[in-house]
Amino acid sequence: MDVNYIYPEFEIIRNMDRCISCRLCEKQCANEAHLFDAERKIMISDETKCVNCQRCVSFCPTRALKIVKSDCTLKENANWQNDTIREIYKQANSGGVLLSSMGTPKPLPVYWDRILLNASQVTNPPIDPLREPMETKVFLGKKPDSINRDKTGKIICTLPPQIELSMPLMFSAMSYGSISYNAHESLARAASKLGILYNTGEGGLHEDFYKYGANTIVQVASGRFGVHEDYLSSGAAIEIKMGQGAKPGIGGHLPGAKIVGDVSKTRMIPEGSDAISPAPHHDIYSIEDLRQLVFSLKEATQYKKPVIVKVAAVHNIAAIASGIARSGADIIAIDGYRGGTGAAPTRIRDNVGIPIELALAAVDSRLREEGIRNNVSLVVGGSIRSAADVVKAIALGADSCYIATAALLALGCHLCRTCQSGKCNWGIATQRADLVKRLNPDIGAKRLFNLMTAWQHEIKEIMGGMGINSIEALRGNRLMLRGVGLTSKELEILGIAHAGE
Amino acid sequence: MKKEGQIRIPSGCAIAAVISRSGKLMSGERIIKAMEPMHDRSNGLGGGFAAYGIYPDYKDFYAFHIFFDCRDTRKKTEAFLKEHFEIVKGEIIPTRKIPEITDEPIIWRYFITPLKSVLAELQLDEKEFVARTVVKINSEISGAYVFSSGKNMGTFKAVGFPEDVGRFYKLDEYEAYSWTSHGRYPTNTPGWWGGAHPFTLLDYSVVHNGEISSYDANRRFIEMFGYKCNLQTDTEVITYILDYLVRRQGLTLGEAASVIAAPFWSTIQNKTDIYDKEKHKYLRTIFPSLLITGPFSIVLGFNGGLMALNDRLKLRSMVVGEKDDKVFIASEEAAIRKMEPYAENLWSPAGGEPVIIRVEEGKY
Amino acid sequence: MIINAENIKYDDLNTAIRNAKGNIELLNVCGQRFIASGMQDKRIIINGIPGNALGAYLNGGKINVKGNAQDAVGDTMNAGEIIIHGNIGDAAGYAMRGGSIFVKGNAGYRTGIHMKAYKEKVPLIVIGGTAGSFLGEYQAGGVIVVFGLNKKYKKIVSNFPGTGMHGGKMILRSNCKDIIFPKQVSVNPATTEELEEIKKIAEKYCDFFDEDINIIMNSPFTIITPNSNNPYKQLYVTN
Repeated sequence: MDVNYIYPEFEIIRNMDRCISCRLCEKQCANEAHLFDAERKIMISDETKCVNCQRCVSFCPTRALKIVKSDCTLKENANWQNDTIREIYKQANSGGVLLSSMGTPKPLPVYWDRILLNASQVTNPPIDPLREPMETKVFLGKKPDSINRDKTGKIICTLPPQIELSMPLMFSAMSYGSISYNAHESLARAASKLGILYNTGEGGLHEDFYKYGANTIVQVASGRFGVHEDYLSSGAAIEIKMGQGAKPGIGGHLPGAKIVGDVSKTRMIPEGSDAISPAPHHDIYSIEDLRQLVFSLKEATQYKKPVIVKVAAVHNIAAIASGIARSGADIIAIDGYRGGTGAAPTRIRDNVGIPIELALAAVDSRLREEGIRNNVSLVVGGSIRSAADVVKAIALGADSCYIATAALLALGCHLCRTCQSGKCNWGIATQRADLVKRLNPDIGAKRLFNLMTAWQHEIKEIMGGMGINSIEALRGNRLMLRGVGLTSKELEILGIAHAGE
Repeated sequence: MKKEGQIRIPSGCAIAAVISRSGKLMSGERIIKAMEPMHDRSNGLGGGFAAYGIYPDYKDFYAFHIFFDCRDTRKKTEAFLKEHFEIVKGEIIPTRKIPEITDEPIIWRYFITPLKSVLAELQLDEKEFVARTVVKINSEISGAYVFSSGKNMGTFKAVGFPEDVGRFYKLDEYEAYSWTSHGRYPTNTPGWWGGAHPFTLLDYSVVHNGEISSYDANRRFIEMFGYKCNLQTDTEVITYILDYLVRRQGLTLGEAASVIAAPFWSTIQNKTDIYDKEKHKYLRTIFPSLLITGPFSIVLGFNGGLMALNDRLKLRSMVVGEKDDKVFIASEEAAIRKMEPYAENLWSPAGGEPVIIRVEEGKY
Repeated sequence: MIINAENIKYDDLNTAIRNAKGNIELLNVCGQRFIASGMQDKRIIINGIPGNALGAYLNGGKINVKGNAQDAVGDTMNAGEIIIHGNIGDAAGYAMRGGSIFVKGNAGYRTGIHMKAYKEKVPLIVIGGTAGSFLGEYQAGGVIVVFGLNKKYKKIVSNFPGTGMHGGKMILRSNCKDIIFPKQVSVNPATTEELEEIKKIAEKYCDFFDEDINIIMNSPFTIITPNSNNPYKQLYVTN
């Protein structure tokens, strides 16, 4: 042991009275934290390898295991906290940029939790959501400015391309490569059963999944992996990824070791070659270039597919969104700074960007001030954690929400935040065949279906309480929101009154 | 205490209307009577009427009815009007002193027409210019409030029970082919006259019963198009929505009704007429923010007609009846019987089903 | 006893009714609310238009309206009989627990909403004409009958009948081919036994309104009952 050694963050507590040395934990742990001591015929642990993914805890047949936070810590210091010191040791040892997975764990404000919802009392009636019709269907896409009629006076009912969703929720981009085949299959099947969409991310679309095209958003990111004519035409919409909430201004890097087999084939790059997504699209250095990319994609797909432009929520988001709305995009997706990632530099993830609540409020207000709110739909993500967050987002002005972390949790993710290792014991963020098969797509799709259906019921229940029976009447209905414990400035940006006002 | 516009004040109500399809004129007595049996639907904090065909001598001029808080405001407003309009007549609206109505503001009416040179310079359609003028006075001249602005029609409103408001304004002395009326039941109000209904813009007037739950979604959408919801009332936003859909988007009244009280998707799905189905889907898709949810029943008045409409769940009551050339609409059948004891063909329109009545062409 | 209700306020009118002895006939009623609310035992004939909440909490006796009635007839009624010789407005028989309402003509929205039954109390609503949307919404007990006489072009019942129904029975005089019901109800043609029950109700209707029983019975009838008493149980999970 040396200067780099710090007592591990987690301890594996094994109740030896219960342990039957069946070695199941050893088999389940891709990190090799459990070992069998053949001499003594007992199980032993290597805490240094444990990531606290809880796989062994969940599968131990005699419930002999628990993982606890270690009480062996450095001396308490409010300024120099354990994590900070640990990170400094890591960097002093390696000279490397810190890399993290999933959304930031830092305790920055979550405005969803500072916003409360309204309900009807006396002056108008709440509506019983379980019995009366309660509509959650939404159409995403540009809405025409004016009505046109044919010679006989009938309205010409041709719409620009729209996405039809049974509820204002979609699974947001996670590439095949960053997550497994079985995870993708679960998402695709659930989306198609639910009447919503999932998103390929930038890793291309596996040939097996073209059949879910009507429920697929195909992404075009800066690396253009797997982008070709069939790919563009196969989905319900095309998303241009400009940025991601967890790492605004940063590209992506899938190491060559993960570019194997089907991943290589789907991304259309040779096995073993690194898949590097540049930080910018090198054909977009300015807003007018975005228009060029939007229209080249529209031309290629004969104006049949709505184009989504996804950006990270950054300081000037309102102006950026306004520019995007004038660039031919049909839908703007905004990803907040709490959004997840398969891997991002820690400092970027924890320090760059702004919360989605403020970004959404600012964008929605700006587009209305400019009279162009109807030209685009707004989709927000990063991080939407529950039906209540969805309702608040819609009332602030979103047309729909993107969820990813919540969907991964439904698939079994325990948020251990070590996706970058590729050794996901839950078969999600891994390409190792033995791990991937742990995620059964039948069960995965079912659990996603359950989660979304439960949220849909909750959305209806909340809307019913407000006396609203269609999601359209909730969108941008900020009178349904009140802030608690927020400053005047925060309230002003959110465009809501304080509770009691 | 904050007044309408500074804060949102929900209210419930009673409404009634009568129209002669052949354009026969009726005094205001009948409509005042209609409000009597529905007394308990108002709480004395607002009543009002709209009357169509009352200014035949000035029918080519916009009739502005304005509340002023003081003489100075009136002078200022008149000066503003003179810059853009020819004022052919300006006078105090005659009222009757009655103990039930107090604290009245200064109430004037002006018959005006926009100066041609102004319209040419601004490259604006006449109606659009007049509408903008109303919005401008109401949001920029403190203490002045235009509460009626159509041609050959007028609204009359005050704080009080509608029966008393009708007597106050001497409505028995006016002759109209179409009348609508409203008794207001606001939860709280300091008693500002502008907050009473009907709410009007140009010749559109709206009386409304219920509190809508979609208010802010509707308001924030319509304000993109130059409207300003100064009062924060449902009636105001509904008037602007109808103006936007009918005057600016060119929808028919029936189509506008299909936007604001859209059928449920399941109902649209089951329609058998293909154009009808496509049209409903189209209108719901392009105007999602103009769907009005929550309870409402409204009567929209306009030159030459009326439209009555209930919310799609029909959370408020509304009855329609007929007798000879006349059609009656009210929150309760009793109100219709007061206007016409022998009314026939009484029926309750379904939720979202507009009832549109027009005066014969050339008869108004 | 005859009471002229012209220009009498509803509270004065109700006091007069309470104080009256024997059978009562009201003349020139126009919109007065709450007539006979909570009444136990009297018989009232009404001429004119009774206002909202006619016979609310009615606990016995008989109300006979010679024309139309407005909204909320028989709200939370517990016993007694209301006979309407015209149409009625919305939400008739809301939360009704007992007694019966017979309507010659059409009914508005939400007729029989949350009607329920308890022990020997089984409420009954009979509509001679057609019914508006949400008929029998969350019906928990009792019987709702719609004959659809003189319906012309209209459907016997408008949209969303029986939403949230979890008890009781609805009887519609139609094969109901053109009606869409929610998932939680069963829709079946009437059995011979049920036709007997319907006939008894129809006979009463014919007594009141002088209609021909043969015309009424000469039609298919459909019975709507809930699938379960607890249709929403599976929606919830303990947290």
